Amino acid sequence: MISLTHVLTLSGLLFAIAVAGVFLNRKNIIVLLMCIELMLLAVNFNFVAFSRFLGDINGQIFVFFILTVAAAEAAIGLAILVVLFRERRSIDVEELDSLQG
Amino acid sequence: MSFSAANFNAGLAYARPEIFLGIAACAILLLDLLLTDAQRHWIGVLAVLSLLITALLAAGQPVSGRIIALGGMFELDRMAQVLKVVSLLIVALVFIYSTDYLRRRAILKGEYYVLGLFATLGILVLISAANLITVYLGLELMSLCLYAMVAFDRESGKAAESAIKFFVLGSMASGTLLYGMSILYGVTGSLQLSEIAAALHNGLAANVGILFGIAFIIVGVGFKFGAVPFHMWIPDVYEGSPTCVTLFIGSAPKIGAFALAMRLLPEGLGFSQPDWSQMLVVLAVLSLAIGNVVAIAQSNLKRMLAYSTISHVGFILLGILSGTAQGYQAAMFYTITYVIVATGSFGMILLLSRQGFEADMLTDFKGLNVRSPWFAGLMAIHMFSLTGLPPFVGFWAKLGVLQAVLSVNDTWLAVVAVLFSVVGAFFYLRVVKLMYFDEPTDVAVIGGSVLMRTMLSTNALVVFALGMVPSALLVLCQRALP
Repeated sequence: MISLTHVLTLSGLLFAIAVAGVFLNRKNIIVLLMCIELMLLAVNFNFVAFSRFLGDINGQIFVFFILTVAAAEAAIGLAILVVLFRERRSIDVEELDSLQG
Repeated sequence: MSFSAANFNAGLAYARPEIFLGIAACAILLLDLLLTDAQRHWIGVLAVLSLLITALLAAGQPVSGRIIALGGMFELDRMAQVLKVVSLLIVALVFIYSTDYLRRRAILKGEYYVLGLFATLGILVLISAANLITVYLGLELMSLCLYAMVAFDRESGKAAESAIKFFVLGSMASGTLLYGMSILYGVTGSLQLSEIAAALHNGLAANVGILFGIAFIIVGVGFKFGAVPFHMWIPDVYEGSPTCVTLFIGSAPKIGAFALAMRLLPEGLGFSQPDWSQMLVVLAVLSLAIGNVVAIAQSNLKRMLAYSTISHVGFILLGILSGTAQGYQAAMFYTITYVIVATGSFGMILLLSRQGFEADMLTDFKGLNVRSPWFAGLMAIHMFSLTGLPPFVGFWAKLGVLQAVLSVNDTWLAVVAVLFSVVGAFFYLRVVKLMYFDEPTDVAVIGGSVLMRTMLSTNALVVFALGMVPSALLVLCQRALP
């Protein structure tokens, strides 16, 4: 039997991997976008698990909203990425250093 | 909660300003397709008009006590009403300042106004949120529009870079905030802020899970405010985006961030106040320190004002963390006055900029008094107010926060705040010194339309008047947060 603890551990791990990915990744912005998606999915996992174990439907409704917003967020992220690529011809994280001080 | 159509319809009446603004923004987006470039300036006129009508609708709502509507999603109280009217008026002012700038840069596009209107709608939803879902949706509507606005000047590589940084850090902040919300939901079993508060009241306040959730929520709120150590995006975004977008980001979204903090912390998690206060102390002290000290080293005015924002956020957080009605009122007064002053300061940069010249370096303000004594005087009012010199409005705002902090016996916090404000005085007064005692390096005639010059003058005079007679706004804040 899968208990709430199992699910929460899994989602906590996913969340930690996502955060680590954002900070450790030095290569590619696409990977950053994937990490952000993973983070939101970890949250969704949490909500579904709690909703199931509390017997309350509201958590699952929240998940629908998060999924929708995540899609919009990905669209905007990719659009900004396209603008950046047109200007720089590169999407390397290390080259994002023209603003400093 | 049972659903009744009559209740729902009555609830829609409370959300009338939001509904009107949403429809107006969609209509303007469609209209933008039909207009030629020569007619494009009408988009700005319509956007300002719809904001003003929305502000009238919001101000005209009879509000007494706390109204919860739309199935518990929407909440209307005096604080919401005041914050809504102020943010709508500020955004209208921002649009008026921006029009000239956009036209001179040949980036007068409908997108700026439409994204701005949707971001404002997000702020309104956030202000009236009574449920974690509405908090999240309002916050994301605001943030997503801001990401796109930063990048909307497609010719500028700097803007694209700051947009991607803003996007990545902002999305991470939203993710962290959501994780905190999911923990809160798991522990309390509800998404409704009032029910979460009730659950905490019934003995869950000391629960470790709640503490865990609060930590994540504080990280998210800190990011949206731009408090240290979550401030990395602020200087880059302020410097990298077109100045009109910097103006937008530096103004109304701060009210949104304040509403976010007020709804989640005192309203939803009020019974865990000692816990989140301790976390906010760290953010507030670090923000005051880093903001004021690093601003000294800046030669770019936009970047300097970015660090100045961080230090003012420290003050707002001081008000919130004191956990008393007095503290919340002081924080609200601080936020409103700061936003008015910031709008005026960035407006001055917009006024001095022209085709191919950004006027965003400190040296560009050299000898402004020789070029235009009037505008140098207006800029000086803003700088004195940001410093917190009496009798300017920044002084009353800082005084209110310090009183609130002292009344809960956090004397050392007040001392830290005063010390760093003195440090901060250096870089604000340096701008005044450059304007009055240095020779101008730039001798171009100051541009700007009559409307913009009038509004910029009104803006500074309002700041001056608020400094002379702060009682009206103080009373408004006291009534909003009894």
